[in-house]
Amino acid sequence: MTQQEMNVTTQTAHDSEGSVAVDSDIIMSIQDLKTWFHTDEGVVKAVDGVNINIPRGKTMCLVGESGCGKSITARSVLGLIDQPGKIEDGKVLWRETRDTEVVDLASMKPTGDAIRRIRGGQIGMVFQEPIASLSPMYTVGAQLVQAIRLHQNISADEARQRAIEQLDRVGIPQPQRRFHSYPFQLSGGMCQRVMIAIALANDPALLIADEPTTALDVTTQARILDLIAGLQEETGMSVLFITHDLGVVAEIADDVTVMYLGKVAEQGGVNDVFDSPQHPYTRALLSSIPVMGQDTKVSRLSTIKGMVPTPANRPTGCPFHDRCTEAIVGVCDTVEPAVHHVGAGQLSLCHLLDPEHQPPDSETVADDDVDPQEELAPKVDIAARTDNLDDPDRFPLLSVRDLSVDFPIKNGMFSRVTSHVHAVNKVSLDIRPGETVGLVGESGCGKTTLGRAISRALDPTSGQVLFSPDGSTQVDLATLSNRELKPYREQVRVIFQDPFASLNPRKNLLELISAPLKKIRGADNKDSSVQEKVAEMLRRVGLQPEYMFRYPHAFSGGQRQRINIARALITRPKLVIADEAVSALDVSVRAQILNLMADLQDEYDLTYLFISHDLSVVEHISERVAVMYLGEIVEEASTHELFTSPQHPYTEALMSAVPIADPHRRGSQIRVRLPDDLPDAVNPPPGCYFHTRCPHKAETLCDTDRPELHEIGDGPRRTACHWASELSLAGVASNQ
Amino acid sequence: MLKYLGQRLLYVIPTLLMVSIVSFAIIQLPPGDYLSTYVANLQAKGEQVDPALLESLRQRYGLDDPFIVQYFKWMSGIVLHLDFGHSMEWSRPVGELIAARLPLTIAIAGASIAIVWLVSLPVGVYSAVKQYSIGDYVATTISFLGLATPNFLLALVMMWFGFTMFGLSVSQVNAGTLIIAMIVLGTAGTAGLIRTLRANLLDELRKPYVVAARAQGLKESKLLIKYPLRVAMNPFFSTIGWLLPSLVGGEVIVSTVLNIPTTGPLMLDALLSQDMYLAGSIIMILGVLTVIGTVISDLALAWLDPRVRLGAN
Amino acid sequence: MATTLLPDASPDASATTDLKSAKAARSGQLRLIWRRFRKHRLAMIGLVITLFLYLVVIFGDFIAPYGSGEFDADHTYAPPQAIKLVDANGDWGLHVHPLTLEQDPDTLALTFTPDEAQKVELGFFVRGSEYKLLGMISTDVHLFGATDPDARAVHLLGADRNGRDVLSRMIMGTRISMTIGLVGVSLSFVLGIIIGGISGFIGGRTDMVIQRIVEFFMAIPTMPLWLGLAAAIPRDWSPTTRYMLITVVLSFVGWTGLAREVRGRFLSLREEQFVMAARLDGASRPGLMFSEMLPSMMSHLIATATLAIPGMILAETSLSFLGLGLQAPTVSWGVLLQEAQQIRVIATAPWLLLPGLAVVIAVLALNFLGDGLRDAADPYKR
Repeated sequence: MTQQEMNVTTQTAHDSEGSVAVDSDIIMSIQDLKTWFHTDEGVVKAVDGVNINIPRGKTMCLVGESGCGKSITARSVLGLIDQPGKIEDGKVLWRETRDTEVVDLASMKPTGDAIRRIRGGQIGMVFQEPIASLSPMYTVGAQLVQAIRLHQNISADEARQRAIEQLDRVGIPQPQRRFHSYPFQLSGGMCQRVMIAIALANDPALLIADEPTTALDVTTQARILDLIAGLQEETGMSVLFITHDLGVVAEIADDVTVMYLGKVAEQGGVNDVFDSPQHPYTRALLSSIPVMGQDTKVSRLSTIKGMVPTPANRPTGCPFHDRCTEAIVGVCDTVEPAVHHVGAGQLSLCHLLDPEHQPPDSETVADDDVDPQEELAPKVDIAARTDNLDDPDRFPLLSVRDLSVDFPIKNGMFSRVTSHVHAVNKVSLDIRPGETVGLVGESGCGKTTLGRAISRALDPTSGQVLFSPDGSTQVDLATLSNRELKPYREQVRVIFQDPFASLNPRKNLLELISAPLKKIRGADNKDSSVQEKVAEMLRRVGLQPEYMFRYPHAFSGGQRQRINIARALITRPKLVIADEAVSALDVSVRAQILNLMADLQDEYDLTYLFISHDLSVVEHISERVAVMYLGEIVEEASTHELFTSPQHPYTEALMSAVPIADPHRRGSQIRVRLPDDLPDAVNPPPGCYFHTRCPHKAETLCDTDRPELHEIGDGPRRTACHWASELSLAGVASNQ
Repeated sequence: MLKYLGQRLLYVIPTLLMVSIVSFAIIQLPPGDYLSTYVANLQAKGEQVDPALLESLRQRYGLDDPFIVQYFKWMSGIVLHLDFGHSMEWSRPVGELIAARLPLTIAIAGASIAIVWLVSLPVGVYSAVKQYSIGDYVATTISFLGLATPNFLLALVMMWFGFTMFGLSVSQVNAGTLIIAMIVLGTAGTAGLIRTLRANLLDELRKPYVVAARAQGLKESKLLIKYPLRVAMNPFFSTIGWLLPSLVGGEVIVSTVLNIPTTGPLMLDALLSQDMYLAGSIIMILGVLTVIGTVISDLALAWLDPRVRLGAN
Repeated sequence: MATTLLPDASPDASATTDLKSAKAARSGQLRLIWRRFRKHRLAMIGLVITLFLYLVVIFGDFIAPYGSGEFDADHTYAPPQAIKLVDANGDWGLHVHPLTLEQDPDTLALTFTPDEAQKVELGFFVRGSEYKLLGMISTDVHLFGATDPDARAVHLLGADRNGRDVLSRMIMGTRISMTIGLVGVSLSFVLGIIIGGISGFIGGRTDMVIQRIVEFFMAIPTMPLWLGLAAAIPRDWSPTTRYMLITVVLSFVGWTGLAREVRGRFLSLREEQFVMAARLDGASRPGLMFSEMLPSMMSHLIATATLAIPGMILAETSLSFLGLGLQAPTVSWGVLLQEAQQIRVIATAPWLLLPGLAVVIAVLALNFLGDGLRDAADPYKR
């Protein structure tokens, strides 16, 4: 132990005198932590009485929807709360090793020396936005050296040597060279590796990771999770991992804490929490996410009604009671639930576990919570919807042929076009009436650009977009002028990703939703039928018609997405392109929107092109899936075929990277991990674009010949791999 | 970096050319020329003018030539022999007149920049770090007042104080008036820079990398200097670009009020009497100085900020 | 079918509790901006002062006790007179003591002393010189002044070299000084929106050429350009023409900044999802520009324009002070300050610097107002 650390402990010993009784197996004990924000509008109790024990050498996952206070909890631990926030009460008891004394971090001055030595020295922290978390003014090497020398008394040369070792340790290729790179020259995944290197530079006993993979692609996420797990194994450190993704939790957690509105809802070992969730919120969360590879395909997800209120509007009593289907009137809405221990190490704060409120038949609680409305949901007959699917005499609703979109790259002061990026490169795709086609791929693969080119939000460089509303004639949307395009604008509609940016805040719902009626059909403003139509549409998407004179600022993200859907469907379109339509939403709201989209598809005979990076959502909603890589479709197949037996190595890698929300399947998947770096899209590699990252790359062909997207097998499926028939690739294991 | 430097310098040439054309065009704008103003003045005094003498003067200065010809004569003189032309009012070469006054102008502008930097850096940082403290309010109030007060008004008030309290002499340049000039010029620049620095620093302090650096255990003072301040410092180097022209402009007025023999009052007189070569040359020299200032500040920025240098975003 | 949607429909119930009121939900952009602006105390003060100054602009003749040209040769450099409420006899009533001129027999210096024995009664809505209210209604009623039109002139803020009332002249100067900024900014606003709009909306080569031109204009030092252009205006042109040309000169320099701002906003708005959504709703290009993009940036532009007015006021004042801007008989704050160019004059009559105070107050008020507007311009920022 260094002299510095001795000082810390003696200095703070008297603070923690009363609570030295922390088990030596617990590295950190957060006790009744309260972090409040004193704003002009009143006190916001972002974290209000949280208790968490982090076992030594284990991974504790802190999970919850946005606004539940999980990040604030993590930051409170290190005293990193900004004004007007303040730790009001509670203890953060820290015991670096079994032999050191317990210190209370919450009692330390946030700007003081004592906590500074712990930050980065004993506890490392990794943040959500890796690139923004590194200073743009210094090379990553310089920042790493600084982190090392802050806590270790070594020379600059030694620190430099150690920094390069650290970069190597976190899997950064060519660490000598990367040492001199600036953060903005590296990819997000690389930057997160650097952040991890910095956080672990001084071998801390605890790593706090605050949504470290949320901003990253799944393949990168998988590699970062592997890296953290590997380093944990190597050093024996403990991890406090904050995430909203139950899949990630199932993948990495030893213990789980579920938070809701600044309070702990449930806590326990990962298997216990996933197998027998004790809190209605946990149950609802678990059943509202589509789990990849589950054969029992349900057409509807169960939902949690409403949305997470802001912490300022936390309901009295149990914070979850107004969204809970099992709430007991007179109890849940008035009295805060107490802690109930269930079995070994699992606890839940729910009145249903009060002895006097235990339902006579405890079976119902343990049973998988089924939304009562789900029974009423019509079983969707996909076959009926897509009955003329294979009629050879009819054209598909949409046939994309050799579609390319190039973006010019400008250079120099006169903005000369020096080269092009092929954002979409000769893509062909059919969409038949009534079906849902999923389009997946990592960020930058061109899926959004393809969607925009089809909807003519941007002009394609070449190729055809053949649209056939009636199945007998085809129109090429790619070549139509803006005016000629007008009648088709109401047939092809788009639901955008960002519920906040896609609605003009200066217009009320009536103006927003009726815009296409007026602009395309020339409907009159005073036309009462317009108002009626908007009112009807609002009702259909689950909003009250009276809202039509309200402005978007009055609505939450989920509600705005309903508005977006209403706007898309007001013209009764044939084809709807949903561009990451649920990606920005919390899981509980996401399920509501997915259900709504499924209902509306039946009612209005819609055809969806569903663009998403989230494979589990795509698997849930689509009948057919196309996978894109670097502007090209590399594989296309029916959802079932694609997910059980992929025919392209990229599909396999993509699927194996998705964390599955079932801790028992941890490790059951074949692990395919791709290198982080995508090839430069301006100068793509020769041969197969994927060969630079492909784990199945063969000696021949792959790096010389471009594979064409070709039919394979007996089903109508296509792949762009030279060796598709030779390879046996793994899909998602089904849980029989 | 070299490529950036090359591009930036290449860009200077057309700008300089345009500056020279505009300078010359401005002095050609007013109807009539120096001689007609001169004649009007003489006639106002009731004196007669010899038409033959006028004609010879006209010939000598090429006043009847088209604009382009006059411009090329002037420019070739400057480029080839550093000959800025002849001042009709002073009957001396323009270059000589300017050379006599330029050092003092540069000295005052330079001293003012030094004042601006020395004052606004600590005050701006303090203001941002201790946001909403009493010191912040005082600094903010003073900088708002500084921005709202015209240079000459401040100069007049200070002169008045100096005159009534310390018996300052204002009939000719002395240490007192020079100090006033520097303070007045410094105030305007300082006020603007404090506001910019405060706003930039507040922005930077909210960035995720600051929290991340704090989480590494960096000391608050070191954190401030090493991270956000370095980014927020950018406007300081841009000041070389925008401070110079504003100082030069303010200097014209302040020097006139305070009777300091710099290029400012010289230009003013020349403009009023349509002494074309003199006025044009001063405007052009100031313009060129500004362009050079902008280039220097751009290069300083590129040298300091890797994002500029390496062309991120 | 409707029943299946019930669980989905219920978010509304909890959403309404989240809303402050249904009224807030129905408030449009202007009301949101106003609500945010109101919280900004300094900005509110700035707004009140600005409104007051423009009231003075409109009703200047009525508010000023005297016309701007009225003079009283006996009152050369007369000092400000204090308003008294109670006289020596204990009688109530607003009044001032008239000034008597005395000459020091040794130094020959002239001094004014108030004659305590006499008083000039003051009142509201008194008769004075004739003028046209709002340029239409002929009247001789002034807001305040000596109740007896034949009494000796009253100078609450002193008098100048010709014995003209400084207060009256400051009020009349408000007109020119406050409007020249407004007109100048409007001009550069129009130029900026058109040029910046073309640049941002069309983009490509046009944008590139316009950008180079703007950059070039920005590279020229402002003050010499102003001075040069102002000096180019012939001295003997009429005051109105001069006024117009000076505004043109001022806006000539100001438009570049606005054009850049407009272009930048256009470029970023073009990429906004809601603009793309409107395009997919079938909006035409002009429709996009006028119903989506312009309204979205108007509040920002107005804030920027407000912040540009003070610069113009300062520039006019400086130019006029140097004798290159407006000239007597036109009255502006800058022209008034020309009187105070000599240090000896200031030492004798420091009240001649008061128009400078008016400049400072006006510029501060407009700066606060603009700052407040800028902060409130985007009420949707989260």
